[in-house]
Amino acid sequence: MRHGKYPFVVGFLAAPVTLYLVFVIAPYAQAFQISMTDWRGLSAPNWVGLDNFRRLLDDADFWKAVQHHGVLLLALPLITIVIALFFAFLLNVGGKSIGGQRQGVWGAKFYRVVFFFPQVLAVAIIAVLFQMVYRPNESGLINGVLMKIGLDPILFLINPNLALWSIIGVLVWQAVGFYVVLFSAGMASIPGEIYEAAEMDGATRVTLFFRVTLPLLWDTLQVAWVYLGIAAFDAFAIVAVLSVDGGGPDGATTVLAMEIYRNAFVYSKYGYASAMGVALFFLTITFAALTLRLTKRESVEY
Amino acid sequence: MNPQTIVKSSAPVGAPGRAAGPAGHRRSRSNRRAEVRLFSRLGHVALAVWAVIVIVPILWTFLAAFKNTTEIFSSPWTLPAELRWENFGRAWTKANVGRYFLNSVIVVGFGTFGTMLLGSMAAYVLARYKFWGNRFIYYLFVSGLAFPVFLALVPLFFVVKNLGLLDTHTGVVLVYIAYSLPFTIFFLAAFFKTLPSSVAEAGMIDGCSHTRLFFRVMLPMAKPGLISVAIFNIIGQWAQYQLPLVLLSNAKEKWVLTQGIADISVNAGYEADWSGLFAALTIAILPMIIVYAVFQRQIQSGLTSGAVK
Repeated sequence: MRHGKYPFVVGFLAAPVTLYLVFVIAPYAQAFQISMTDWRGLSAPNWVGLDNFRRLLDDADFWKAVQHHGVLLLALPLITIVIALFFAFLLNVGGKSIGGQRQGVWGAKFYRVVFFFPQVLAVAIIAVLFQMVYRPNESGLINGVLMKIGLDPILFLINPNLALWSIIGVLVWQAVGFYVVLFSAGMASIPGEIYEAAEMDGATRVTLFFRVTLPLLWDTLQVAWVYLGIAAFDAFAIVAVLSVDGGGPDGATTVLAMEIYRNAFVYSKYGYASAMGVALFFLTITFAALTLRLTKRESVEY
Repeated sequence: MNPQTIVKSSAPVGAPGRAAGPAGHRRSRSNRRAEVRLFSRLGHVALAVWAVIVIVPILWTFLAAFKNTTEIFSSPWTLPAELRWENFGRAWTKANVGRYFLNSVIVVGFGTFGTMLLGSMAAYVLARYKFWGNRFIYYLFVSGLAFPVFLALVPLFFVVKNLGLLDTHTGVVLVYIAYSLPFTIFFLAAFFKTLPSSVAEAGMIDGCSHTRLFFRVMLPMAKPGLISVAIFNIIGQWAQYQLPLVLLSNAKEKWVLTQGIADISVNAGYEADWSGLFAALTIAILPMIIVYAVFQRQIQSGLTSGAVK
């Protein structure tokens, strides 16, 4: 057909495909293989079949991490989406109705810009920032105030019952702005006439939100849930930097990524760490498939 | 919010109510107005509170960067007694923040450039050329979106090690490019598909080579998509922490900013140099605020583009 098509196609694909095969596909494939060995990095690996996975079942730290992913998986999307939806609704349709167009409240643009900003910062930087905010003595942002007015300091990261929630708080702090902008884009595409018609019928703001906005935003919400769920399965940077000794106190905030990192690069248990990686992979895939399946419903055409 | 729109609007909104006239309608309208007022008042409070929650920790860090350790402990909520610029000097040179910053710029610069070049080339070919294996290669790339990086971490470390690229910026850049390709190709392939083929055909008739056509005609046409993905990649690669942590662990002089700041925060505890840490944090955050202030619109659309697609 076209002259010299194949040399061109091959030429353009050679570098990206090679790079991708070497640094992405090959490691993924090897991960499954290594997970079936007792490799510690020095001698040749021995094939141990599913032994690593059997050991995982008795590993308390592993189960702690899985449990924390469960908490993160419910709390992070739920809290973030509720707050973000509320703000997005206020910013887009919370104000007066002008010329039949629903308007956001005063200062909507400013709020949107401010809320989104944490998204631009690296998680590791935010983690260091919140180490300062959460500090347990008078030098902390929050405890500095509490102790000034004579209250006991809150041990955000040291109290094992509080530590995971303190970390979730930071993740929500960072994520809300992103979802406000995402939901705003979704809400902006809902035609004003629908709101107008509903208002004519005497719908209140609350009814508008639940009967108009929410159903028409379903697809965006689903995307948000998947995104936040995937974030809940990662959480390495925040836990590694913010928590007391990487996942502490006493494993109270550990996540699988933290355990993989520790087993591989501190204890050199490469086989075992890879088995955890495989477990993490199946958890992630299951979550994504389940979410898409469970939230599947007729999308409303408009 | 300008007066013109308000004047224009009052007629159509008010008209039906007045025309209808019955008392019931009027009452529900005033009820609704009260409801609107309450709702927007509560809403304003909530919005303002969240804005404070976002701004205060950052502002507090900036202020603390000018204090000394005594002040940080005795009066964490006041303005610094004097502007101690030496904190920044200490962070920049002694704590190596300057070095880390430069390393981040180098790694992200080459990483994003390489990602955009290779990613757009592959996306273009996969989107607009029919050949055997096209779909297979496309799905191979896109499947990378579903895999957590942590699954590959151990083997990746040894791949990089065996290539002799451990503790080098080259290794990190190549790994960044490889892991940025799935999203870049997924997004750009969809974008290249939407470009009209008439221009490409005209170019071919004029004797343009495939390569020339791509760089001179198609790339410029894809500019909006390229900018979105580039922003997405820059911010993603700038924020990377786990990959450099594993790939650069033994070469402290090569560390990137995220790694460096996290390390300084560990050491600040031992050396009790809190003001130096606050200054280092400020150096890491302030440029992001400036960049964000300038490119706010592009950054918002660039980062959310992945979710909208």
